[in-house]
Amino acid sequence: MHTPRKYPAAQVLRALVSWLTGLLVFFPILWTGMTAFKTELQAIATPALLVWTPTLDNFAEVQRRTDYLLYAENSLITSVGSTLIGLLLAAPAAYSMAFFQNARTKDLLVWMLSTKMLPAVGVLVPIYVLYQTFGLLDTRLGLTIIFTLSNLPIMVWMLYSYFKEIPREILEAARMDGAGLYQEFRHVLLPLGVGGLASTALLCLVLSWNEAFWSLNLSAARAGTLASLIASFSSPEGLFWSKLSAASMMAAAPIIVFGWFCQKQLVQGLTFGAVK
Amino acid sequence: MNVKACVAGLLAACAFTPAFATDLVIATVNNGHMIEMEKLGKNFEKENPGVTLKWVTLEESVLRQRVTNDIATKGGQFDVMTIGMYETPIWAAKGWLVPIKNDAAYDVDDLLPAMRNGLSLKGQLYASPFYGESSMLMYRKDLADKAGIKFAERPTWDQVRDAAAKMTDPAHGVYGICLRGKPGWGDNMAFLTTLVNAYGGQWFDMKWKPQVNSEPWKKAINFYVDLMKKYGPPGSSSNSFNEILALYNEGKCGMWIDATIAASFISDPKQSKVADKVAFAQAPSAVTDKGANWLWAWALGVPASTKQPELAQKFIRWATSKDYIKLVAATNGWANVPTGTRKSTYANPEFTKAARFAAAELKAIQTADPEHSTLPPSPYVGVQFAAIPEFQAIGIAVGQQISAALAGSETVDQALNQGQQAADREMRKAGYY
Repeated sequence: MHTPRKYPAAQVLRALVSWLTGLLVFFPILWTGMTAFKTELQAIATPALLVWTPTLDNFAEVQRRTDYLLYAENSLITSVGSTLIGLLLAAPAAYSMAFFQNARTKDLLVWMLSTKMLPAVGVLVPIYVLYQTFGLLDTRLGLTIIFTLSNLPIMVWMLYSYFKEIPREILEAARMDGAGLYQEFRHVLLPLGVGGLASTALLCLVLSWNEAFWSLNLSAARAGTLASLIASFSSPEGLFWSKLSAASMMAAAPIIVFGWFCQKQLVQGLTFGAVK
Repeated sequence: MNVKACVAGLLAACAFTPAFATDLVIATVNNGHMIEMEKLGKNFEKENPGVTLKWVTLEESVLRQRVTNDIATKGGQFDVMTIGMYETPIWAAKGWLVPIKNDAAYDVDDLLPAMRNGLSLKGQLYASPFYGESSMLMYRKDLADKAGIKFAERPTWDQVRDAAAKMTDPAHGVYGICLRGKPGWGDNMAFLTTLVNAYGGQWFDMKWKPQVNSEPWKKAINFYVDLMKKYGPPGSSSNSFNEILALYNEGKCGMWIDATIAASFISDPKQSKVADKVAFAQAPSAVTDKGANWLWAWALGVPASTKQPELAQKFIRWATSKDYIKLVAATNGWANVPTGTRKSTYANPEFTKAARFAAAELKAIQTADPEHSTLPPSPYVGVQFAAIPEFQAIGIAVGQQISAALAGSETVDQALNQGQQAADREMRKAGYY
């Protein structure tokens, strides 16, 4: 006779809380997705419509009114560019801090992180003037640089945590075998830390893709990223919810799909070092 | 794989920005008339071979911030900017805007005097009005008839309160009156300033002393909070134009006093469930009708930092001309032309036939006088704002206090006293006294 499997109450509660939290986090995305397929009148209906005939008009309107591909191209180039440049700078920095610590290393790390504590708007005008002086306003290079600088402290911290987990003895053994600095980094550290590098790169990519403040303030007609595209659909006078939702979905879709495929690395990266 | 080559290639790709020799960059907001201008911009490009219009559409507050930064630092990112009646005289005085150049064909005398004056400094036009608006009372004719209410051309606030009481029907989800409550100098304070004006109040006396906790303010704001608590929709403290537009179009509001541009939305059957049931009257008065309805224009200006002033001027002449209005009419019909700018639009029988709100809108615009908008004499220009740089901060601070009073987290007296303190601090800091 089949006996139904019994679950302990605590396990059921945990599962329930997990699902509820998941739904709570996912709800805004779900609602945005639903709104994107409604007409403006359906989007404002009260009570909210849960059953309706979906329309693709909003997506067509976004495509018709804006050069989506230009924005997507800008997002791709600036986020991939800033990720690669960030890795090139953060990896050696994290390496030296993890394996050649001195009395000031911790201070340096905290100082780097402290730059993230200043609201971005606090340095907007100086950055704007600098960009204007160097001809970087409304250029992909300008956005790539600011995205890199913005993410660099987090990248150094993440890679530092990873590298700290690698036993120093392995590197010392390589040195005893005659490996130089480059060989040690290239043939020993990189293979061991590839998971950490991938997680850091993925997180940086997502952060750069979604960065809105600098994109809105330093770009105009040429270098705007998908975050700027979303902002352009907000209106002070007129209904815009469904078109804004469609623009949001079109902007978020590539990175959501990318994140879906890379979720294992992302989760690993975000939880690394949490339990020792 | 050569790492160096990869990095060099990436940097080259990042730095690659195509050259746009004759781009004209226009910063604008996502309003219906602006979207139409963007579509019809192809006509300007055809008439001016080699010119490409590049549009930067931003959220209103972001646009202000971007444009302010760009002008103040002479960034030169924009050639044409969409600005309002508040910024135009302030920025013109700072030398941030290029004076508008017109030719005979433009017919500058055809511009409505209120709009022309509001966008000028010392008689010189610094931004051309693209579309203009005042505020008026928009109400449900069917509900008014059912309740036996007949509105005068300009009702009083007491009459509006009585009408709201009769129209309110919570069982059917109908609230007698919907008004702005979301904090912001351009949100709740735009409307509330006109209410205070009607109650005989003002922002500053002739010595620039703030009057926020004066008797007219207390009467007006107590009336407003009481009215909204009794007959307004729940959550009014977070409602502004778009939220109320959504409620009105769903048939949830008996009356709404807001921008005249709303008339075209609520009488459009594609957007509104009550399109055939709306009627219009002038914004209510109390002890005076001075400053009871606001005046605003979305206008196009040329920043002093532009590298293409002549082309920018040419575009503005095109976009704010009589011919442009005819072009929109030919493309989308007379009901959809940008209004509130030219006398000739309202003189056109095809327009007045297509737009039921035309007469009320014109009257509202004509009766708004930014230079004499308060019962006691005031030192500032502006109906729903005071055109001084400090006003934004003061308007936001007072708006937050009144929104909190509407939400019930403080009393009206507390809100006004705190608003007064904030305004006083700001004015002292700026050296007015």
